[in-house]
Amino acid sequence: MLSRIKLGEFKNTPPIDGDGSQRQRIHPHKFTLWVAIGSIIMMFAGLTSAYIVKSNQAGWQNVAMPKIFWYSTGTILLSSLVMQMALRSFKQREMNQYRLQIAGTFLLGVTFVVLQWLGFQQLWNSGVQFKGSSGGGQFLYVIAGLHAVHVLGGVIALMVMLIKAFLGRTKLYSSVPVELMATYWHFVDLLWIYLLVFFLWI
Amino acid sequence: MSNDSNLHGKPEIVTGHEVHHDEHHVHHHKETFITKYVFSQDHKTIGKQFLITGIAWAIIGGLFSVLFRLQLGFPDQTFPILETFFGRYAKGGQIQPEFYYALITMHGTVLVFFVLTAGLSGTFANLLIPLQCGARDMASPFLNMLSYWFFFMASVVMVSSLFVSTGPASGGWTSYPPLSALGDANQGSKIGTDLWLIAMALFVVSSLLGGLNYISTILNMRTKGMSMTRLPLTIWALFFTAILGVLSFPVLLSGFILLLFDRNLGTSFYLSDIFVSQTGQALPNEGGSAILYQHLFWFLGHPEVYIIILPSMGIVSEVLAVNSRKPIFGYMAMVGSLFAITILAFLVWAHHMFVTGLNPFLGSIFVLLTLLIAVPSAIKVFNWLTTLWRGNIRFTPATLFSIGFVSLFISGGLTGVFLGNSTIDIHLHDTKFIVAHFHIVMGVASFFGMFAGVYHWFPKMFGRYLNSTLGFIHFWVTMAGAYLIFWPMHYEGLAGVPRRYLDLSGWHNFNKFGELNKMITVVSIIVFAVQLMFIFNFFYSIFKGRKVRHQNPWGANTLEWTTPIRPGHGNWTGEIPEVHRWAYDYGKDGREFIPQTEPIGKGEGHH
Repeated sequence: MLSRIKLGEFKNTPPIDGDGSQRQRIHPHKFTLWVAIGSIIMMFAGLTSAYIVKSNQAGWQNVAMPKIFWYSTGTILLSSLVMQMALRSFKQREMNQYRLQIAGTFLLGVTFVVLQWLGFQQLWNSGVQFKGSSGGGQFLYVIAGLHAVHVLGGVIALMVMLIKAFLGRTKLYSSVPVELMATYWHFVDLLWIYLLVFFLWI
Repeated sequence: MSNDSNLHGKPEIVTGHEVHHDEHHVHHHKETFITKYVFSQDHKTIGKQFLITGIAWAIIGGLFSVLFRLQLGFPDQTFPILETFFGRYAKGGQIQPEFYYALITMHGTVLVFFVLTAGLSGTFANLLIPLQCGARDMASPFLNMLSYWFFFMASVVMVSSLFVSTGPASGGWTSYPPLSALGDANQGSKIGTDLWLIAMALFVVSSLLGGLNYISTILNMRTKGMSMTRLPLTIWALFFTAILGVLSFPVLLSGFILLLFDRNLGTSFYLSDIFVSQTGQALPNEGGSAILYQHLFWFLGHPEVYIIILPSMGIVSEVLAVNSRKPIFGYMAMVGSLFAITILAFLVWAHHMFVTGLNPFLGSIFVLLTLLIAVPSAIKVFNWLTTLWRGNIRFTPATLFSIGFVSLFISGGLTGVFLGNSTIDIHLHDTKFIVAHFHIVMGVASFFGMFAGVYHWFPKMFGRYLNSTLGFIHFWVTMAGAYLIFWPMHYEGLAGVPRRYLDLSGWHNFNKFGELNKMITVVSIIVFAVQLMFIFNFFYSIFKGRKVRHQNPWGANTLEWTTPIRPGHGNWTGEIPEVHRWAYDYGKDGREFIPQTEPIGKGEGHH
């Protein structure tokens, strides 16, 4: 049977099969996130292919990637690990550990953005600036900058989760929001690895 | 309506929140004016919001075209009334060059993005996806609401750009750098273009939020029994539209971000070796590539034309099947050709760039891929014609607009074969021929699909009918007008008349088109007036139109007609109906139509 629901107060759930069990379909919000990830990938694919096209043209100047980006890479990898641990703790209902781990992810995320900022400053002070001729530096600011904006979006979401974890008196232990957060976080991590490899080898 | 009758049924699967409501649940869900009409999360209301905002934009964009047609048709005449309204932009009653370029730029931007993208797929995706898939709302009603309000913010920023003292963006709807990047070269490229870019960025966000929701709703929220191959073609078309948008708009956004950097921070992504004669200065930019922008722009720009046409194709397929009382001919071929168009849409963008110095070998690959689009397009046209063939056609305004769509799509599609060949395109590029081609095949045709949809689903949206007599006048004048306006432009284009030019009277060659241009202008004014009549019909009928008395006024099979005449938020009062068959069982076994909700009878064939 399908559920009978009061108009205007319905719970917006996917349909349910005859025996009352949920069909083995992916949760709509998770699916939405995957499509959104596809969309973000297209954006960075556009930018990095613009980089490749431009790098083959006259007047291109390569730049060395700031050393500090290695530290930020380590930070974001670690934060992904902690996020995964937070997800496991949440599923095992170990809420104290969960709070600690989500706070850890949050702090590591903030550290990552700060490190990126320091890297940009290093590069800027070494003479790679916006004005003037084109080159890898200008692309690096835009591409890594947009990536940092996406991380920052995740950091804000983490902050909201953190506040909820400490203040919330919710008795609903749905793990979907935490899973969504983890998926997105791993994605921005992988995206950074891709960009790092891209900047190193292309 | 009587939606309150079975509110006390106990849900099978409930969260804690719902149990709470079920236990004490005498009180009504409170809907204030704000939550019901303004910050609504009901997909039907959001669809209407998109439609009405789109109508407002269509009036603005259409009016702009009438204004620049006045200049093109009567270049040496003065219209003092223009000075009254537009002041220094129409000094002495003549449209000034900056104003003219702002008009054509905004006409393109407004109609391509704000009317035919947001107004068309925003309206019908929101209205139809949950109703025809059998869902109570979108996968995320909140994101859906945000999608509209981002569109609204984009609209506010774009409108505000019309009022800045240096004028709105005027570098063409494509905003190619370097013109769009240099405020010193062009008044409109000052603050106007920044506002244009910000509005477009907001617009992209709106499209992405909408598109995510559409895809996820179609794939995850269908009712029981609604397999993908039982979906009406409207949903298939909106599905592919959303995929195109989600994959191509982000690339446009990255192109715009680079342009913003070049404009405001002095980077050289697109700019190189430029001397601005207005200021007598050489710019420090080196090594940029203006062609790079064109690649990023057209990687969206080409899918964008399919984002515009696919929803209309879906609407037309549905309306034609319902009103010829026949199953759609070749359902799977229709789905397959939509899919083929979606794939090809990503592989043809450089056909907009044949004259940029593109490698001719690369150009020939793009010619081949472009001409391949003729195959799925021809399949679709064939199927529409065979659906009409020997049908028991009911000539409602929606049917007429659908048939008009097919006519325009054929006429406009044929000229696409000329333009898709790079050798002929070198002659036709940036002439009136291309203007005629894309207005017929994409602009007017999509408008026809949109009108068909509005006439057909108006009863579902507002519980009343649009006036048919006004509908017939609307159709015939628009149909005749579309051909009278754009057909002659083909000849002008073949003769080499360039598009975007303010005044052609300097060329003796083109003087012979003087009277033709006058005729085009007069017809465009008449067609514009008839659109205003349609808008009057629209708003008048919302309040005073003939009331819908029957739940299923067109005798259609799809699920939206199983809801109450004026459905509330949640669409169905009881359970969501189960689906047993595809959407096109018309004229089967001696019955006029068999709704999707009816179980397959004994001895009845599959489908």
